[in-house]
Amino acid sequence: MIEFKDISLVYPNGTQGLKNVNIQINPGEFVVVVGLSGAGKSTLIRSINRLVTPTHGELLIDQENILNYRARDLRKLRTKVGMIFQNYNLVKRSSVMKNVISGRLGYTGTLRSLFNLYPKEDMALAYRSLERVNISEKLYQRSDQLSGGQQQRVAIARVLTQQPNIILADEPVASLDPPTSHQVMTYLRKVNKEDHITTIVNLHFIDMAMEYADRIIGMRAGEVVYDGPVSEVCEATFEEIYGRKIRDEDRVGGSDDA
Amino acid sequence: MMRKTSQPTLQGITSNQTKIRITSIFVIVVGFYLFTSIKTESSLLDLWNGKNGFINIAQNLFPPNWNYASTVLPQLIETLHMAIIATTIAAIISIPISLLSAANLFPNAFIHQPVRFIMNVLRTIPDILLALIFVGIFGVGVFPGIMALIIFSLGLLAKLVYETIESIDMNPIEAIRASGGNTLQVIGYAVLPQVLPQFVSFGLYVFEVNVRASLVLGFVGAGGIGLLLNQQVSWANYPNVMTIIIIIFVSVVIIDYISNKLRERLI
Amino acid sequence: MTEFTLPPKPKKTAWQKMRPYLIGIILLAIYIWTFSSIEIRWSRVFSQHTVESLTRVIPQLFSPDWSAFGKVMGLMWETLLMAYTGTLMAAILAVPFGFFAASNMVKNKFLNTASKWALNAIRAFPELVLALMFVAAVGPRPFAGVIAIAIGSIGMLGKLYSEVIESIDMNVVEALEANGANKLQVLFYGIIPQIIPEFLSYAIYRFEIDVRASTILGIIGAGGIGTLITIATTNRNWSEVGLILVVIIAVVTLIDIVSAQIRKRLV
Ligand SMILES: Nc1ncnc2c1ncn2[C@@H]1O[C@H](COP(=O)(O)OP(=O)(O)OP(=O)(O)O)[C@@H](O)[C@H]1O
Ligand SMILES: [Mg+2]
Repeated sequence: MIEFKDISLVYPNGTQGLKNVNIQINPGEFVVVVGLSGAGKSTLIRSINRLVTPTHGELLIDQENILNYRARDLRKLRTKVGMIFQNYNLVKRSSVMKNVISGRLGYTGTLRSLFNLYPKEDMALAYRSLERVNISEKLYQRSDQLSGGQQQRVAIARVLTQQPNIILADEPVASLDPPTSHQVMTYLRKVNKEDHITTIVNLHFIDMAMEYADRIIGMRAGEVVYDGPVSEVCEATFEEIYGRKIRDEDRVGGSDDA
Repeated sequence: MMRKTSQPTLQGITSNQTKIRITSIFVIVVGFYLFTSIKTESSLLDLWNGKNGFINIAQNLFPPNWNYASTVLPQLIETLHMAIIATTIAAIISIPISLLSAANLFPNAFIHQPVRFIMNVLRTIPDILLALIFVGIFGVGVFPGIMALIIFSLGLLAKLVYETIESIDMNPIEAIRASGGNTLQVIGYAVLPQVLPQFVSFGLYVFEVNVRASLVLGFVGAGGIGLLLNQQVSWANYPNVMTIIIIIFVSVVIIDYISNKLRERLI
Repeated sequence: MTEFTLPPKPKKTAWQKMRPYLIGIILLAIYIWTFSSIEIRWSRVFSQHTVESLTRVIPQLFSPDWSAFGKVMGLMWETLLMAYTGTLMAAILAVPFGFFAASNMVKNKFLNTASKWALNAIRAFPELVLALMFVAAVGPRPFAGVIAIAIGSIGMLGKLYSEVIESIDMNVVEALEANGANKLQVLFYGIIPQIIPEFLSYAIYRFEIDVRASTILGIIGAGGIGTLITIATTNRNWSEVGLILVVIIAVVTLIDIVSAQIRKRLV
């Protein structure tokens, strides 16, 4: 369980990233965070693996306040929290396998990892993760030879290799075309249901949020302005979150031809 | 063929002010040149009727004395060995130094600024001056020469490499950190693969530089072929000098060629 | 769970399989050869003598003898004059070389290749080797250094100039020709405006290099502050060497900064 208790975050330059955020995310939930650009979506999910550190409040993961964590605990936390990025963040010159196995770094001693001495089970796990996102045949290819959608699937496999309890995805489909976007979201959703991994995704397409989320959190100017199950959300809810009329560009479309 | 669209824009000098400015810069440059020529007693005529006369020497250079080559070659090889050792050691030391100088890895200015400063200073000291100092400390031989080459090439290599590190894609670094990797793992998995080809390429380049530099270290007793060259010139033994020059020339050309081919394949 | 094996790696050709081993063996051979034949007299390097020199030389180096400041600055000034004369000479003389070596200007294949080769040949020699020859030819004075600097710089500037010329926009030239401009007009209105800023920028950059190079020419008698370096090291006057170091580092750094500023505004 993830609990934000009165969390605020002020960046060093004075920007208020988060403001009095109080939310609770239950194990296994698929939460989609929506909001306009600059609303604080990235700041919210980056707080969970402490890529940014809130300046006020308590952030509890399984009853432990992660804001007190120092280097060692922090790395342990991060091994259990997988992250997926808009730009895939693969090491482009390295092979797919090397990228995926890097999900085990937190579990592996420094020397072993630097000399590529992974236990057989880890290699097997990495390979199975690739199979789960249907890209195992690219195992030995260099990652920059893959298409965007394929790279994002490799990134999902990397996260699966971490065997995380939580997956954070910061706009995972913003650089992809509609059919590929749906494919990637479908994999995320599948992993969430099969492994019971709490999944928090930032999106800015409302139709996509509606299609994949269990629950929607709306943000505006660092504050949570909406929080409810997807069944209670309608167009008016988004207009409230965005503070404006819904436009065409807020939809990705194409869920049918995916 | 007339094309109205690509009428040449006459980028010639337009305003009077620029004309005056350019003219005055020109006058200053030329005036200063005349001044410096007089100060340094540089008269091109001296090339012909100077001390020994260049033409005289040029005639004496031929034919080269090929028997002397057997004396030169061992010295040439020693020179190359100095460059190899110095480049290798400088490359190894440059790894931690360039990592510490990279502002994207160590944003704290108290770490990267002092390291950069020291490297900048090292780069301004001529290698042969370093060699002189080390000869003063360690006595004549190849050791002071190697030390001088290491220090000089370290400054050069560290700068080239840290600039490469600063230009890498930071996204994978974030990803490795986010998955729980420690600093060494971040370097090994996200930094190294991105800079390795460049690093090897710069290493080869610095080797080229070191070969050239090591050729003259012998002038000050720091080992290598320079000793022979200096000797033969001062004894005015020009056929031997020519032998040395040809050998230097051929080996530098070959090494540059190989190094360039390798570097082309790397990137 | 059944025993897991990764799918086999894609088939590699024999050459691809052998390559890493081949590179490894070659590297290993080079290093064995190098370290087994290099003659470092460790007994001298780690001798009582070295310890004594270290304790004497290092403290003196770091306590510069400021009483020699006037003398040192005087020679540093001469060094700058030498560099200036040499660079300017080269900046002008390299222009025809640049044009001959540029394949879009000179269509004569032979002339083209010949000038390219000449420029490459010059660059194979370190300045100090050139200077040694000119000292022999014109006697031990600044002029020898100036000529060495000039020739060395022609090698690099000529090559850079030719690259600039090859990269110009030929449309402008064609359009001018189409408008009936003669060769000289094409040169002054079509070509020169395109190349001047970069030529200047490279010449100024080369001046930086030449300042460094001329600080050491005096070591073999070719004038400038190097003369003093030789005297000071022979007399083991390390605090004067310390001062020379300070002056060289300061002046070279200053010139680098100023030159970088000027170049930034030029291009
Ligand atoms: N490192 C930082 N330093 C200072 N301010 C920042 C930093 N990162 C984000 N901000 C600011 O914090 C606010 C919230 O940013 P955040 O990145 O969380 O928004 P977002 O909702 O993810 O937007 P987007 O949809 O554009 O990604 C913005 O005003 C942003 O400018
Ligand atoms: Mg964001």
